[in-house]
Amino acid sequence: MPKVGIPRALLYYNYFPMWKVFFEELGAEVVLSGLTNKKMLDDGVNCCVDDACLPMKVFHGHAVHLKDRVDYLFVPRLISVEKNEYICPKFCGLPDMVINSIEGLPKVIDCTINLRDGNKSLRKAVLEVGGLFTGSLSRIYKAYQKASAELADYERLMLNGATPLEALNGNGPPPADYQYSIGLIGHPYNIYDNYVSMSIIEKLRARGINVLTQDMVCKEELDRIAEGFTKPMFWSFGKKIMAASSYLIDQRNVRGIIYLVAFGCGLDALVGDLVERRIRKKGVPFCMITIDEHTGEAGVDTRLEAFIDMLEWRDTQECL
Amino acid sequence: MLVTFPHMGNAYIAMKSVLEDLGVDVLVPPPCTKRTLELGAKHSPELACLPLKLNIGNYIESLERGAEVIVMAGGCGPCRFGYYAEVQREILQDLGYSFKMVVLERPQGNMRDFVKKLSMVTGGKSVMQVLASIKRATRVAVMMDELEKLCWQVRPRERVNGTVSRLMQEFHSKAYKARGSRQLSALIGEYKNKVSGVAVQEGSEVLRIGIVGEIYTVIEPYVNLSIAEKLGCLGAEVDKSITVSYWVINHLIKEALHLYDKRELNEASYPYLRSFVGGHGQESVANTVLYKRKGYDGVIHLLPFTCMPEIVARSALPEVSRQYDIPVMTLVLDELTGEAGYMTRLEGFIDLIRRKKELDKAYEEVLPGN
Repeated sequence: MPKVGIPRALLYYNYFPMWKVFFEELGAEVVLSGLTNKKMLDDGVNCCVDDACLPMKVFHGHAVHLKDRVDYLFVPRLISVEKNEYICPKFCGLPDMVINSIEGLPKVIDCTINLRDGNKSLRKAVLEVGGLFTGSLSRIYKAYQKASAELADYERLMLNGATPLEALNGNGPPPADYQYSIGLIGHPYNIYDNYVSMSIIEKLRARGINVLTQDMVCKEELDRIAEGFTKPMFWSFGKKIMAASSYLIDQRNVRGIIYLVAFGCGLDALVGDLVERRIRKKGVPFCMITIDEHTGEAGVDTRLEAFIDMLEWRDTQECL
Repeated sequence: MLVTFPHMGNAYIAMKSVLEDLGVDVLVPPPCTKRTLELGAKHSPELACLPLKLNIGNYIESLERGAEVIVMAGGCGPCRFGYYAEVQREILQDLGYSFKMVVLERPQGNMRDFVKKLSMVTGGKSVMQVLASIKRATRVAVMMDELEKLCWQVRPRERVNGTVSRLMQEFHSKAYKARGSRQLSALIGEYKNKVSGVAVQEGSEVLRIGIVGEIYTVIEPYVNLSIAEKLGCLGAEVDKSITVSYWVINHLIKEALHLYDKRELNEASYPYLRSFVGGHGQESVANTVLYKRKGYDGVIHLLPFTCMPEIVARSALPEVSRQYDIPVMTLVLDELTGEAGYMTRLEGFIDLIRRKKELDKAYEEVLPGN
């Protein structure tokens, strides 16, 4: 059975159930890299171009971790996943970055997904990747359909408040008695990777706070808000983050917003500024935490605690 | 109504030409200085790329001098430049400035919208008048780039160091005062003659260096610390892969009409970067290959800190450099770039190329004899 390696990084958090089912239906074995750890990050930092953002380095680390254990490495070129939008320039060149930076790679599956001008390239990519494992078109289509259905289930669980980790196990969010909610926004691969985010979700939940992320808001709501932007936002994640911050404040009554930013992320630099200006005008507490490969956990904990204390202090001390 | 726009090297000449021909009062922002950068860095997001910060500095210095309308270009991604105007407008509004911002962008290939927006600035001028002035401005931009190119060629060969630079300083202070395409093109022509008349040393061996990278850092001398001038004084003739006229003709005009032919670029960058990555990332890789084919001795790659497309290009350049045997140096620029360290690196790079050239020549002389 051919082994396909999927790095547990970047869009893993958005699409893994789909990729897994698709490859398994085609008779391949899916090998997932382990949870991010210090060694992986160091490997990534060593081989990746040094100006790249933290998540790119994490991805390179996962690729290094997988390369000797698999027959194929799955590094799709995700240019765009929505009409008229992009993900980010680095995603457009991701397979090239990996191939240029890491030596001794197995065959890289670098199909191009570009839905910017329509769905045509998706079909091509599915057939191209499927063709590596089987000659039967109907088998590829069936695998794709099953994979899409799996993705829909996964997204539904997230809408109900589950984190990707819970949703991947088929679970909803843990039942708990939360006192109030706060919004946690940022790129999925930053906020859900427990090594990168220093388990921020668990830490907040342990304080009795319900955590709402942009993935827990339905797409239609976000698109509706995004229509009100003065200029359409051409980054899919940027759009989601910006729309979700105002949705969470207006509709879900969050007490504050935390934006987890990766050092070197180009989108976060601009989107973060726009989001901050909007949130401040609404008078809602806002905290931006920048993470990089050096971040000390104690510093992050202190900032989180100070932010939570401030939210709770406002309850009792501030006349609204 | 006093109109201003951000600086990008000699782009102000083309902007002046197009707007003044249409009878608009133009305020060219004062040349970028330390103050411009400090103002910009103070009010912009910390990790935004350098051009955004300098733009903000330009706007503030123009608004202080009474500008009322800001003209800015836009884009549709994935490079951050496409969202600059939105962020910049909010920054300036929150600072309490009152102004109108006109964003000229190509809305998915529709030239008519572009002209319509331009006429928001120009008032009652007809579409034909606008198009005619764009055409004249394009010609001015081409002439200006020819003049610059001439400077790059003459500077390493000039007999008295600094002659060309002094002429160009004179030129720019006159260009600020000239009005409209007619005066500007006359001025450019005059200085073309003056620069070609500069006394040169015959037979001096000159290195040829190509400059690739992000458009703003390649074109704006304040940001790249006048790299063309510095290299010229070190005895190297430079060529820039991207110039103002290249950008206007290929990205504003040809791309809108679907005439921009990217086949050569795609072919040259193919093994290393197989996709468009926004900005000029793919061009940087392709042009490095093309410079080697044209016989250049080395390539310098410029990018502002955190520039997304150029980071992707940067990851490919070491491989290009190895396989094509061409020295490539990447210089990352931001508001903390120090001139002495920068100069040392340029000198080191030039020394390395000179040495490499000698060695290559020695090999060539030895090998045929074997």
